[in-house]
Amino acid sequence: MTGGSVAGGSVSDWSADEMMTVAAARALVGHTACFVGIGLPSTAANLARRLHNPDLTLIYESGTIGAKPSVPPLSIGDGELAETADAVVSVPEIFNYWLQPGRIDVGFLSAAQLDRFGNINTTVVGPDYRRPKVRLPGAGGAPEIAASCGEVFVVVRHSPRTFVDRVDFVTSVGFGDGPGHREQLGLRGRGPVLVITDLGVLQPDPDRCELALTALHPGIELETVRSATGWDLAVADGLRVSEPPTAEELRVLRDLTPTQSTGDSRWAT
Amino acid sequence: MAELTTLAEAVAALVRDGDMVALEGFTHLIPVAAGQEIIRQGVRDLTLVRMTPDIVYDQMIGAGCASGLVFSWGGNPGVGSLHRLRDAVEHEWPAPLRLEEHSHAGMANRYAAGASGLPFAVLRGYVGTDLPRHTANIAAITCPFTGEVLTAVPALNPDVSIIHAQRADRRGNVQLWGITGVQKEAVLAARRSLVTVEEFVDTLEPRPGAMVLPTWAVTAVAAVPRGAHPSYAQGYYERDNTYYQEWDAISRDRDTFTGWLDRHVFGSAVGAP
Repeated sequence: MTGGSVAGGSVSDWSADEMMTVAAARALVGHTACFVGIGLPSTAANLARRLHNPDLTLIYESGTIGAKPSVPPLSIGDGELAETADAVVSVPEIFNYWLQPGRIDVGFLSAAQLDRFGNINTTVVGPDYRRPKVRLPGAGGAPEIAASCGEVFVVVRHSPRTFVDRVDFVTSVGFGDGPGHREQLGLRGRGPVLVITDLGVLQPDPDRCELALTALHPGIELETVRSATGWDLAVADGLRVSEPPTAEELRVLRDLTPTQSTGDSRWAT
Repeated sequence: MAELTTLAEAVAALVRDGDMVALEGFTHLIPVAAGQEIIRQGVRDLTLVRMTPDIVYDQMIGAGCASGLVFSWGGNPGVGSLHRLRDAVEHEWPAPLRLEEHSHAGMANRYAAGASGLPFAVLRGYVGTDLPRHTANIAAITCPFTGEVLTAVPALNPDVSIIHAQRADRRGNVQLWGITGVQKEAVLAARRSLVTVEEFVDTLEPRPGAMVLPTWAVTAVAAVPRGAHPSYAQGYYERDNTYYQEWDAISRDRDTFTGWLDRHVFGSAVGAP
């Protein structure tokens, strides 16, 4: 999918994925430490460090704290992460000493399925865990990232297959069944406060905890987002239109990903 | 003291049908050559354990070595699914595969408890997810001091743990550096252990941040140059990303996979790419 017509009728030449990555990178302004998942979150976090937030500490579950890769890594354990990190610690240490006590202010995740309460499924598609329609990679670090980071940003492409009314399997808890559920479970972080897609931005309604559309990316019709969402999507008052990517944002992003797409094929079937 | 031996002899001596076996490595230093030697020796009915089963576990599962998998993330990092793992889970080919599924935090703590000689570990984890409904080895536990309800997971004590390291001296002291994942815990938790190394050296020069596993904590050490390929060994060779990308097509189809297995595992010498 290419471009979107912007105000004045001119047609831009950025892709929907680029808009998504740029929007996700902007969301990291003002944050200190980010626990980064692989794929789309990693590209966005690296863009943020280049552009908006040079002091952002990138933490990967492989145990690299303060990694400064020159290109987004293909895996969360690429050698350049260790070579450029402030510190490399063991995997038990990264989860027990750094993530678990709530030292990391933002967790950056993707999803194979995401529901109206921001719950994430990366385990199985289909109602029967033992006989899944699609076996996905599983939990990885996500359940504890979603529980223990100060807040969670989700970056994921918008489609009815992904944006479902209820996830088939709760791998990582968003707002659970709705208001009060995180508190009842004793989860310390605020949960998924921001969902950035290739079509727009969703944020939880403060009272109902249900994800509502708060911004459309330039050139995207509301109806397009509604038909790509598997529940009756609420639209927040004062729906915004995202600022299009600047030339500088596009230059740095394309410089960062010269040979690879910004895409995340880890859920490819 | 660790026995210095060959990969084939070590696998024959240490890995038995029905064992629980952990080949650990977190993207870096994955003991791929050892996994392929297990395939060559036709070991069966293994319960494979690993936080991040990737393509060497895909190969072992597709080759019929495993009847169970204990894991927290199974995929081809940055590429997509593990097709042999999925075929086993979705269609029971070449055999059914029991899954025991955790989160990374849970698995890391299970190894740490095993290495510590404790029966279980405590963490803040899994709460509100669907994992405890399907994984029996996750339980609630009340803190005896504060009354807070936390999560317990049992220790992992594999029959055999296998890791790959950069080098060892001729007494069998092992040195590894870079991303060292959960390898120390995996070795110390296991009843028997095998370390494959890039090379033997006369003296292990100290390196900042390097981990040393003393020879008396390891069962066997074998030199297997490029034994972590297509993953990488920091200071020796880079990750072969093309291999990971090509594995997607090779592993999608059963016949293509078995043809690959015949040529590259059964038809090759130890450690060959």
